[in-house]
Amino acid sequence: MTPLQLVFLLTAALTLVAAFRVVTTRNLVHAALWLVVTLFGVAVLFVLLNAPFLAVVQVVVYIGAIAVLFIFAIMLTRREMRDQGAQLNKGWWAAALVSLLTFGGLFWLTRSWDGFTRTAAPLPTGQDTLSALGKALVSPDAFVLPFEIASVLLLAALVGAVYVAYREK
Amino acid sequence: MDSALILEWVIKSAILIFVLLTGFAYLTLFERRALARIQVRIGPNRAGPFGLLQPVADGLKLIFKEELTPAEADKVLFTLAPVVTVVPALILAAVIPWGRDVTLFGRQVSLSVADLNVGVLYIMAVSSIAVYGIVLAGWSSNNKYALLGGLRSSAQMISYELALGLAFVPAILLADSMRMVDIVEAQHPWWFVVIQPVGTAIFLIATLAEVNRAPFDMPEAEQELTAGYHTEYSGMKFALFFMAEYAKMIVISSIAATLFFGGYLGPGVDRYPWLGPLYLFIKIVILLFGMIWLRATFPRIRYDRLMAFGWKVLLPLALAVTFITALGIVLEMLWLIPVLSLAAGLFTVAMVHRALRRKAYARA
Repeated sequence: MTPLQLVFLLTAALTLVAAFRVVTTRNLVHAALWLVVTLFGVAVLFVLLNAPFLAVVQVVVYIGAIAVLFIFAIMLTRREMRDQGAQLNKGWWAAALVSLLTFGGLFWLTRSWDGFTRTAAPLPTGQDTLSALGKALVSPDAFVLPFEIASVLLLAALVGAVYVAYREK
Repeated sequence: MDSALILEWVIKSAILIFVLLTGFAYLTLFERRALARIQVRIGPNRAGPFGLLQPVADGLKLIFKEELTPAEADKVLFTLAPVVTVVPALILAAVIPWGRDVTLFGRQVSLSVADLNVGVLYIMAVSSIAVYGIVLAGWSSNNKYALLGGLRSSAQMISYELALGLAFVPAILLADSMRMVDIVEAQHPWWFVVIQPVGTAIFLIATLAEVNRAPFDMPEAEQELTAGYHTEYSGMKFALFFMAEYAKMIVISSIAATLFFGGYLGPGVDRYPWLGPLYLFIKIVILLFGMIWLRATFPRIRYDRLMAFGWKVLLPLALAVTFITALGIVLEMLWLIPVLSLAAGLFTVAMVHRALRRKAYARA
């Protein structure tokens, strides 16, 4: 086992445990913090995949902004931090069935894929992945349309949030 | 990867942390002495010559203080919060280049711990984590004042992070890179503060809010919140918060110096690379003195005005500055950038002045 694999396995285990704790813990702030651990794990996975830009963006956007807003909202709105309701509802068996089927399907699909045993081709050295990504996002041949649509969607969400929160004086 | 390289990294990190911690101790003394001078006092001068042993005395006092943990506190998070506050402050410094490569013991040694190609983004990421320490400290203490302090500071830091993030953009655009070394080298011969003075001002104001310094120290406003998020902390845990604040001041000054004030560049640095750290040190001290001076000069801003200033003034201005910088680069007329951005800055100042005057009239 190479050190890289060891790091991957540890990170993956930590991410999964943290993700499990997010949904099982009763304390809402603790749940948000376990979510932060999960997101960190994903950032580490990006680093392992040689994508430092995505890793850093993962930290900035998800940990630095979204999870902070979660915690902020919990603290502003909740007096009682413990969630008393039942943690499972009546449809739990259907959800379990669907996730089992999905897992089985993915397992079956990836079993015939030889990507697991192949070693990845080394990245060409000196290639600036960062500017390639930036150019791809605004180039008409690549992703400019999805990029713009996502921007417009976010803007619409922003306007909607302002409209919902706005109170006529 | 040879073992000498790992040893080099370890030594560089150790030196950096040692410098930051000593710097923190003496920054407190510097601040107290400078504040005292501004207020026509003398300041601490009893412990050692010129009070130089005062930080040691303070440290010893804090170590021997009793550690209290509130009975109703969330014990794990209460202990974790100071750690989460200090660590980002220390690891932020890793990407700051202290000079060009030097030859030491026959090895080519670069004077920065890590030379990332996403250096600027790394700074943003780590500084955005810093909010957690304060929020968790406020929440886990189970104390009204602490919780309010934590909420205030998280709202403030999230709000000013936007302007701060946008203030990074002119430097990235002008240097055409996110690598800190490239940004410093691109400031030859013109520092970015000359090309983008308004962007620099936005950056400095936003960092002031980000480290919760006066006049933006609402999270720990004594009159309203006793001590804000660290009300319940005592002994070394309190010292860690203290350390984080001052270490962050140092680091953020070094980031400002690197991004806008030429970093380690200065006369003669091409011939003698060891002058680089010295120049950076001088620039950091000047910026730190500016922060202390501001604390001595300005009263605290009211909370609603703080928010209004961040969202309605700094953020639009930062957007305008980003647009102007990009425009100047696309048109290849760099002289356009300072002219237009100064015009935008003056317009903003005039509008703020008008709004404040109108409010004053309405009250009279």
